[in-house]
Parts: sequence; C-alpha cells; structure tokens
Amino acid sequence: MDYSFDFSVIAENWPLLLAGAWLTLRMALLAIAFGLIIGIVGSLLRTSGNRILNGIVLAYVEVIRNTPYLIQLFFIFFGLPGLGLKLTAEQAAVLSLAINFGAYSTEIVRAGVESIDKGQVEAGLAIGFSKLAVFRRIVVPPALANVYPALVGQVILAVLFTSVVSQIAAQDLTYTGDFLNSRTFRSFEIYFTIALIYLAIVWIIKGLAYLIELHFFEFAKYRR
Amino acid sequence: MDEFTLSRIFINLLIATKWTLILSLIAFIGGGTMGFVIALMRISPNRWLRSLSWVYVEFFQGTPLLLQLFLAFFGLSVLTGVNLSPLQAASIALTAYTSAFLGEIWRGSINAVPQGQWEAGSAIGFGYFKQLQLIILPQALKLAIAPTVGFLVQVIKGTSLASIIGFTELSRAAALINNVTLQSMLIFGLAGLIYFVICFPLSNWSQRLEKRLSYTS
Repeated sequence: MDYSFDFSVIAENWPLLLAGAWLTLRMALLAIAFGLIIGIVGSLLRTSGNRILNGIVLAYVEVIRNTPYLIQLFFIFFGLPGLGLKLTAEQAAVLSLAINFGAYSTEIVRAGVESIDKGQVEAGLAIGFSKLAVFRRIVVPPALANVYPALVGQVILAVLFTSVVSQIAAQDLTYTGDFLNSRTFRSFEIYFTIALIYLAIVWIIKGLAYLIELHFFEFAKYRR
Repeated sequence: MDEFTLSRIFINLLIATKWTLILSLIAFIGGGTMGFVIALMRISPNRWLRSLSWVYVEFFQGTPLLLQLFLAFFGLSVLTGVNLSPLQAASIALTAYTSAFLGEIWRGSINAVPQGQWEAGSAIGFGYFKQLQLIILPQALKLAIAPTVGFLVQVIKGTSLASIIGFTELSRAAALINNVTLQSMLIFGLAGLIYFVICFPLSNWSQRLEKRLSYTS
C-alpha cells in the first residue's frame, strides 16, 4: 500500500464540517421531538380501544417499519410536490425523519404503557389520585424507565439515518463530505473523518443518556 | 423512446428486486459468518480479542451505513488502488454492517444462557470450546432466532442505500424510472409496496417467534 494520507483537506475545512454537523443535529433534534409527539399520540390511539383508529395507526407503523427510509424520503420529497405541496430539502428531511421516528416510537411508547400493571393504576385511583396524577406519577415514570434503553437506541438510529437526507441535497454532514470529496478526491480521509464525527455524536448521546438514566431512573434498578 | 406503462414500470421494478434480494442474501450470509466470529470474540476470555471486536462493533454500529458504503466504494479504491464495482463495495459494507449487529445480537443470546450452564459443562470435564459447542450454543440459538429474523428486515431495507453508490437494485431502478416519468408518488409507492411485501412477513414471523418463546420460557 503506497497511499500517503493527507488530512489537510479536513484541517482546512473544519468550519464547513461543523456547519454540516450542526444541521445534522438540528434536523435530528426536530425530527425526534416531532416523532416523539407522533409516538405518544399514536400509542394512545393504539390503546384507545377504538378499532378503526387502532387499525390506522397500526397500518402506519407497519408501512414505515417495513419500507426503507430512502424510499420514504423520496416519496415525500419528489412525490408531495405533485400534490401541490412544495417542500425545501430540509423540510422534507425533517418531515420524513419525524414520520419514520414516529412509527418506531409509537411501538416503543405503547410497550412502555402496557408494561404497567393495571393494579397500580387502580391502586392510585383508589387512594384518591386524579386520573392525570395517576398517569403522571404512577404510569409514566416506570413506563419510561422500562422502554428507556429502546428509546435511546432508536434515537441513535435516527441520528445515523439523517445521513441519507444528503441525497436530496440537504446540506448535512454527509452532504458536506460529498462536496469536499468532489473537490479534492481525498475520499478515504474525508469519509473516515465524517464517520468518526458521527461516532462522536453517538457517544455524546450515549453519555447524556447514561447521565439522564442515573438522575431519573435510579429507582428502576431496585425495582427488579 | 418507449412509453412507460404501469405494467412496464412494475415489471422493471420487479427485475431490479432480484438484485435487492441477492444483495440481502450476500450481506446476510457474509454478515452471519463474520457476526458469529465477532460474537465469539466478544465473549472470549482473551482481552485483546474482546477489545478488538468491541472497536469493530462500535464503529459499524455507531456510524451511518451510508458512510460505510462510501468508505467501501470510494475509500477502499483510493487506499488499495483496486477499483471495486458497486456490487463488490456494497457487499463488503453490508457484510461489515450486518456482522456488527448480528454479532451483538448473538453475544446477547449467549450471555442470556445462565452462567451455571458453563460451570456444569466444566464440572463434567468439557473444555471451553466443547462447553460452547455442546451446551451453550444450542440454548443460545433458540434465543437468537427471533431477533435474527427481525434484523434480516433491517438488512433488506439497508440494501436500498447501495443505490446511492450506483448499484442498480429496487431503489435505484425506482429513482431511474422516476427521472424519466416524473410520476414520483406512483413509482416510489410501488417500490415501497414491493419492499413491504418482502419485509412484512419477516417482521411478522419474527414477532410470532418472540411471543412463542416468551410463553415457553
């Protein structure tokens, strides 16, 4: 192997890479926030007892989970303008990521709520808690603790998925890599560095998730 | 130029689907073989093997599959001077990706077998590999089936990204036809439908396996 590495392209283009990473993070955060809202509403509809609503949400979840994200993105970005709804690349990216994350989080949140023993809810009501208080104090904390690892895993997958939006020219971290590659042809240096930036982001998320777990879910450790 | 009728679009997508399935199969067989090695390294008593496999898994689980495809397609060729075809590069990247995830899934299954089973094996005089082969792996296998089938769905969906490095499978065929016809909703809807028809039965099967297992154990 007589290849000589030259990482100067990275050193010279840090600001570009940071701007790309920043857009990646912003899109991921927005998509996760909207996706969580979809997930909470979706899981409520799934458990509402209404068969039609349950069916609609179930169909949504299964369609999203059994088709590639790339196809979902293209469907929204290239397809919606045909209905007169024109989206920028960033808007289409966030919308499709949120719809994708929403499907997975619907199932995760539902699993969390269903993991709570009905007796706990009844006990809460029996000692005079209001329905809201039962939900907030008795259902949510252990439900969240139960599905927390799955949720963190899905958040990480969502962040990694954002790289695909470079394909509709949303100028995220991966897009920045493509741009630099087309100028310098330092493919290995560029893509390896970018892969490591994603890895750093994943580690930061894991670290934060661990701190949150220590702070909020310590109780769950002793319960089992 | 020929007219793209609905039936011709559909037939073209189906032809490309063959390559989605072939690539999935390559990734699954290659990734399964390497994943087995990774799982064994991850539980190995040897510290170096454990660390090495940890780095491997962290890298391939912690970076986007798309970047892994770029590294295989653009990166490997500049490093080695060998130009890889899109199919070769996609096979390498998807094999590495699949092996990292399957390795972790299988490590989890092996670790879920109670420690006492190893001890029982050593008590009746089995060495490490005999314990593994005759006692641990058969029990781990049962635990591993459902999540492995579930991950197969992720692999099939993952092959769609091979379209980005120019491998013509279902997604790329859809994108190419879309460039000509501009009937985006129809074409990507059809492509999605084909993926769904392949993936949904597998997802369902995986969930049923999981339920059946949780009843018996």
